[in-house]
Amino acid sequence: MSAVAQNRKLKFAGNNSTWRRVLSPTGNTGDAIFRVLMLFVALLMVGIVVAMVFALATDSMLSIRQFGFGFLTSQRWDPIKGEFGALPFVYGTIASSLIALLISVPFSLGIAIFLVEQAPHYIARPVAFLVELLAAIPSVVYGLWGIFVLAPVLRQYVEPALAKTLGWLPLFSGSITGIGLLTGGIILAIMVTPIISAVVRDVLAAVPGSQREAALALGATKWEMIRVVLVNGAPGIAGAVILGLGRAIGETMAVTMVIGNRPQISWSLFDPSYTIASAIANEFTEATGDLYLSSLVELGLILFLVTFFVNGVARVLVWNVTRKSGGVGRAA
Amino acid sequence: MSVSKSFRLVACFSALALVLFSIACNGGGSGPGNGSVSLQGAGASFPNPLYQKWMNEYGKLKPGVKLDYQSIGSGGGIKQLKEQTVDFGASDAPMKDEDLKSAPGEILHVPTVLGAVVITYNLEGVSQTLRFSPEVIADIFLGKTRKWNDPKIAADNPGVTLPSTDITVVHRSDSSGTSAVFTDYLSKVSAEWKEKVGAGTSPSWPVGLGGKGNEGVTGQVKNTPNTVGYVELAYAVQNKLPVAQVKNASGNFITPSIDAVTAAASGSLATTPEDLRVSITNATGADAYPISSYTYILVYKAQKDAAKGKALVDFLWWGIHDGEGFAKELQYAPLPADIVKRAEAKINSVTANGTALR
Repeated sequence: MSAVAQNRKLKFAGNNSTWRRVLSPTGNTGDAIFRVLMLFVALLMVGIVVAMVFALATDSMLSIRQFGFGFLTSQRWDPIKGEFGALPFVYGTIASSLIALLISVPFSLGIAIFLVEQAPHYIARPVAFLVELLAAIPSVVYGLWGIFVLAPVLRQYVEPALAKTLGWLPLFSGSITGIGLLTGGIILAIMVTPIISAVVRDVLAAVPGSQREAALALGATKWEMIRVVLVNGAPGIAGAVILGLGRAIGETMAVTMVIGNRPQISWSLFDPSYTIASAIANEFTEATGDLYLSSLVELGLILFLVTFFVNGVARVLVWNVTRKSGGVGRAA
Repeated sequence: MSVSKSFRLVACFSALALVLFSIACNGGGSGPGNGSVSLQGAGASFPNPLYQKWMNEYGKLKPGVKLDYQSIGSGGGIKQLKEQTVDFGASDAPMKDEDLKSAPGEILHVPTVLGAVVITYNLEGVSQTLRFSPEVIADIFLGKTRKWNDPKIAADNPGVTLPSTDITVVHRSDSSGTSAVFTDYLSKVSAEWKEKVGAGTSPSWPVGLGGKGNEGVTGQVKNTPNTVGYVELAYAVQNKLPVAQVKNASGNFITPSIDAVTAAASGSLATTPEDLRVSITNATGADAYPISSYTYILVYKAQKDAAKGKALVDFLWWGIHDGEGFAKELQYAPLPADIVKRAEAKINSVTANGTALR
């Protein structure tokens, strides 16, 4: 042990005993207090989650009793007549999130591969920084950008082009307004790309260098070597995608501003749709009547369970890959 | 190093504990002492700018009265009033009979100002102001009239060259008093609307896109050609939106304005019931703008706390008299004189422990 380290250790011990004398003359009480305090903080978080589920379940009891399982299969949402069904919202939530993943996964993989395998440091750092900056933009700003920039561009150029070339598909038929499921999906894609690419980047970086060296030593081209890395990181990449999906499912403000907020199930991606989160944000403030409120809370419960499940799966997958690659637990 | 870190940690936790403790203590307390009174209100977002102005001005006159208004929406205001967590509520639409019955005490409706809903549109190449008959508005929002050059629209707009494009309807996606007033109007002028959709804060719209808030509807109308939507009068004036004239019950096309809204209230005086819960859409009167409505402050007739009750009635009294002077600059229509008289009677009927407070 060097003299400096020895010195530091002594200093530390000295300070430590001062602080112990101040707080607890017997020595162990301080630790005990600290442990109890930390336990309290940790249990508080668990307690909050349990309390949330409990509150959602009790407050939605009225609607669960009234509609039963039919709540999930009914397509009518008419607060005036007191009829509530969640299917259009569930559909809109899943459809917009899937569109977002279809667009963002290839982009995110590309970004991550470029940053880990190809880019020199002086490019990788600023690019990674800028991509992660996207995650810090408030979602209401995305929403405004969606209304004022994205929607007009889609209406004038993208949607007419899609209707012209692929209009024979029911997916690309219908009237073109620039507001609808497709716009919502694209906004979500931009919002989840930084999350997915950041996690995939960590997963790829966690794949041991020996794998790459082995592939190259066997005469693989760079592309073949990247394929080996991708296969190795596959569960982690799946986890990243599911984390992105979880974010997309819960996103509210930006989607609300561009999706058209219409509870309907339509084949066309140009038609307006509605997500669970948007419905709650839109209707909760002025909801009168117990059944109406209870139905909105049940929507919240459905959203909670879906998100909970998706995040759980993501954890397990990311865990799997990082443990295998030598416990670099960064990815999660 | 280690000491200062540890102490910082301890300090953090002590601060946290202190905050929690003081929150717990405040919850149990009964407001500030030394003769000052604090009043809590919650409800409609539509009159929020005016109420904030009122509280600001009233606070200068009566520094001892602390007023606070949370604009959480009419539904939330009614709910909180019924649960007695606020001293007064506020709602754009009058409370329903069943809501009044389930409340723990008699609730009075004190009208404060009037507002209106206007039809705004985005039609490329048309510079003239559009005019709409009630049936045409209903047919457009029902999805029956789908083209801008429909003969029914053309009949109201002689001399205007209308495009042959599809009409895109934009409505509120959040539940709102604005939607309630608009659908109340449509239910009065169209039997089909009344039967198929009905009136309410969050109707099931037959067609169209939903925008969140006045700004959401405006954003979509402004940015999407061939759209038509509805927003509050105040919002349309402040943002200089194109606004359509609407044919009223007397057959005149009326440009929405503050005076035309007050005229609608005056035109409905004869049909206004004793409790002042009234819809003034489709009002009679030559100059009445047909999509108008009152907004109300809701209070319990029997107040529990005499000091608070006294402060509340004094504030309301000031509001419907001096406070009305701030209405026009904020684009709200002031109450007609007759309604002020009838609102005075409501305020005078408020009691605490059986004795009148004014």
